[in-house]
Amino acid sequence: MKSLEDLKKLRDQAIKTMDMRYHNGGTRIQIGMATCGIAAGARPVMNKFLEEISARHLKDVIVTQVGCMGECAFEPIVEIVEQDGTKTIYAKVSERMVAEIVEEHLMAGKRLDRYMLGTIKR
Amino acid sequence: MLERIQILICGGTGCLSSHSKEIRNEFDKVLTEMNLREEVGLVMTGCFGLCEKGPVVIVYPDEIFYSHVRVSDVTDICEEHILKGRPVERLIVTDPVDKKKVKNFSELKFYSKQKRIALRNCGNINPLDINEYIAKDGYQAVGKVLTTMSPKETIDEMKKSGLRGRGGGGFPTGLKWEFASKSVDPIKYVICNADEGDPGAFMDRAVLEGDPHSVIEAMEICGYAIGSNQGYVYCRAEYPLAVERLNHAIGQAKELGLLGKNIFNTGFDFDLEIRLGAGAFVCGEETALMASIEGNRGMPRLKPPFPAVKGLWGHPTNVNNVETFANVPVVYLKGADWFKSIGTEKSSGTKVFALGGKIANTGLLEVPMGTTLREVIFDIGGGIPNRRKFKAVQTGGPSGGCITEESLDTPIDFDNLIALGSMMGSGGMIVMDEDNCMVDVARFYLEFTVDESCGKCTPCREGTRRMLDILNKICAGEGTLEHLDVLEYLGNMIKDSSLCGLGQTAPNPVLSTLKHFRKEYEQHVVEKVCAAGVCRNLTNYIVLDNCIGCTKCAKNCPVNAITGSVKQKHFIDLDVCIRCGACKKACPVNAISSRPEDWSREHHV
Repeated sequence: MKSLEDLKKLRDQAIKTMDMRYHNGGTRIQIGMATCGIAAGARPVMNKFLEEISARHLKDVIVTQVGCMGECAFEPIVEIVEQDGTKTIYAKVSERMVAEIVEEHLMAGKRLDRYMLGTIKR
Repeated sequence: MLERIQILICGGTGCLSSHSKEIRNEFDKVLTEMNLREEVGLVMTGCFGLCEKGPVVIVYPDEIFYSHVRVSDVTDICEEHILKGRPVERLIVTDPVDKKKVKNFSELKFYSKQKRIALRNCGNINPLDINEYIAKDGYQAVGKVLTTMSPKETIDEMKKSGLRGRGGGGFPTGLKWEFASKSVDPIKYVICNADEGDPGAFMDRAVLEGDPHSVIEAMEICGYAIGSNQGYVYCRAEYPLAVERLNHAIGQAKELGLLGKNIFNTGFDFDLEIRLGAGAFVCGEETALMASIEGNRGMPRLKPPFPAVKGLWGHPTNVNNVETFANVPVVYLKGADWFKSIGTEKSSGTKVFALGGKIANTGLLEVPMGTTLREVIFDIGGGIPNRRKFKAVQTGGPSGGCITEESLDTPIDFDNLIALGSMMGSGGMIVMDEDNCMVDVARFYLEFTVDESCGKCTPCREGTRRMLDILNKICAGEGTLEHLDVLEYLGNMIKDSSLCGLGQTAPNPVLSTLKHFRKEYEQHVVEKVCAAGVCRNLTNYIVLDNCIGCTKCAKNCPVNAITGSVKQKHFIDLDVCIRCGACKKACPVNAISSRPEDWSREHHV
C-alpha cells in the first residue's frame, strides 16, 4: 500500500462484506421460509437472489427470511420492502424469475405486474 | 455467494471463558451439516461490553441479541432462526430494568445511553481481520496526518481536542506530546501502557482484544508527532489473548505496509514491538514500566527528569495508556472540534468504565464525560440486584476512594472526582451495597497495595503494612478509637512522602472510607459490631419477628445452628453459628439481621 487512495480502495472493498452490520434502510427482500415455503422451493430462490445481488454489486439490499405469510398456495412468496415502506409481493417465484426481478425491480425500479400478488403502499 | 446472515460471537476474555470458542465451532459444524455454511458469516469479535449476559451472540441483519448462549443452543438457533427466520425467544436477552424481552440490541438500555468512541469497534469487527478495521475508516487518520499535516499541526490538533490521559492522572495528551517533541534527540520512543492492574478493571484488555489496530494506528500518529520511529506496547503476560491479537494485528499491518518502512510513501518509518510484563502493579507507573522494558527490576525512580526528557534507555519517551491511544485516530478523523464538543468543558470526550461488584449489568461501558454516577449505576448498570440498597461506589481502584449516595448526581469528570476525594483512575468502578463492610473493603484494597508495593521507599513499604495491621486488628475486634487516628495520621504521611503514584494513592481507600463511614469504623472498635455481617468476629445474627417460618434458613445453615418448626419463628444458636451469612441470603422476607440496633432491641441491652 503506497497511498491514501489505495487505502480508500481497500476500504470500499472491505465495507461490502460488512454492509449488513451497518445497514440503515435500503431495500429488504423477505423470502417466506416456513415449511410451506421451503417445500415449494424457497431455498433455491433465496440462493439465486443472493447470487444475483452479489454478481451485480447491489448495495443497500438485504436478503432475509421470514415465517409463513399466510398464503401458502402462492409460495414461494417474495416480498420486497422499499426504503419508503412500499411493499411488493411476488408469488410463485421460481429461480428463473429471480434474475428478472433483480434487473427490473431492484435496478430499474419497475414492478413486474405479471408476477405480483399485490402492492401495499405506505 | 453473498452472505445472507452474519453471526457475531463475542470473543472477549469473559465470553471465551464461558465457551464462546466452542459455540463458534458448533455453529460451524451445524451450519455445514445443514448446507448453510456458505450463506452465513461467522465472526469472532471483541468484547460487546455486556459481560453479565455472556456468552453473547448477535445475528445480523436482524440485530437479534442472544444472551447466555450454550453450545447446546446452537442447533436451535440454526434450525429455527437461520433456516426458518424465527428468532429463538427463550434466548433473547431480557432488559434487566423492566424484564421485557429486547429483540433489537440497540433497544437495550445498556447500550442506548452509551457513546462509544474508544470502544467504537469492539464487538463490531473481527479483530483478526485488518480489512474490517479498514472498512471502518481504519488507518485513514494516520494517512491524513502523514500526508497533509506537519508534526506541529498534529500536536496542535491534539491540544485543541482537549483529550486527557485515560490511565488515571488525566494529564493533557497534547501537552505530553509537545514536551516529548521539544526534546532534541535522534532517538525517541513511544510507549503504550497496557499494564492494567487495578482489581476489577478490564478496559484496556477489551480494546486490545477487540480493536488492536486502533492502538497501532494511534502510536504511529504519536510517533510522527514527536519524531519517534520505534514504539513498544508494554502488556502484562496475564493477557495472553490481547497479546496474541495485537501480535497478529502488527503482522497484518506490516504486510500491508501500514507499519514499517516508508509508510504511505512519506518516508516516515515506524516499528512496533510488544514487551511483556510479569504483572506487577507498580509497572503501570511510567518510570517503573520503562525500567522493566530495559530489563531491570520494575521500580519507579524520582521525577524529574520526566520521561519526555529522559526516558527509555535515556532517550525522550512518550507514554500513553491504551484507552488514550484508542481515542487518538477519532480525533483526526472527525476533527478536534467534534471531539471537544463531547463531554464537559475541562474533560472532553468519553470514558470507559469497567462496572463490577453488586450491580446487575457487570460489564464494560463508555459514556460521555459529565454523565452522572447515578445514570451509570442505575440506568446503564441496571442498579443493585437482590433488592439491596446502594451504599457506595469505589472509583479508581486501589488508588481511588469511595463515593456515597449523596454525591451520586455529580457529573463524572477528572476534576469532580478528585474534589470528592476519589479519582478517575483507569476506570474500574466497584459498586457496594449494604452487605459490604467498608472496613473490610478498605482492608481488601490495602492488602492489594501491600502485596504490590515494590519496597523501594520506606513510607510505602512499611507504612502500608502498619496500616494493614491496624485494619486487621479492627476487623478482628481488637481495635480502639486511637487506632482510627493513627490510621489517618499514617495515611496522610504515606501520601505525602511516598516516591511514586502507588504509595501516594495507596491510603486513599482507607482515608475516604474513614471520612464517609467513620461511624462504621467506630461501631467496629467501640461496640465491637460489624453491621454488614462481614467481619466474622463482630457479627451476631438474629431472627426478627417477621420470620414466616419457611425453614429455608435452617436448611441452608451448614452447621445446623438454626432451630424452629414450620410457620414458627426460628432461633439461631450463636455458640454454634459460624457467621457465614448463608441464612441471611436464603431468607425470602429479610427476617435475618446482623444490624446492631436489631440486636440490642431483641436482647433489651
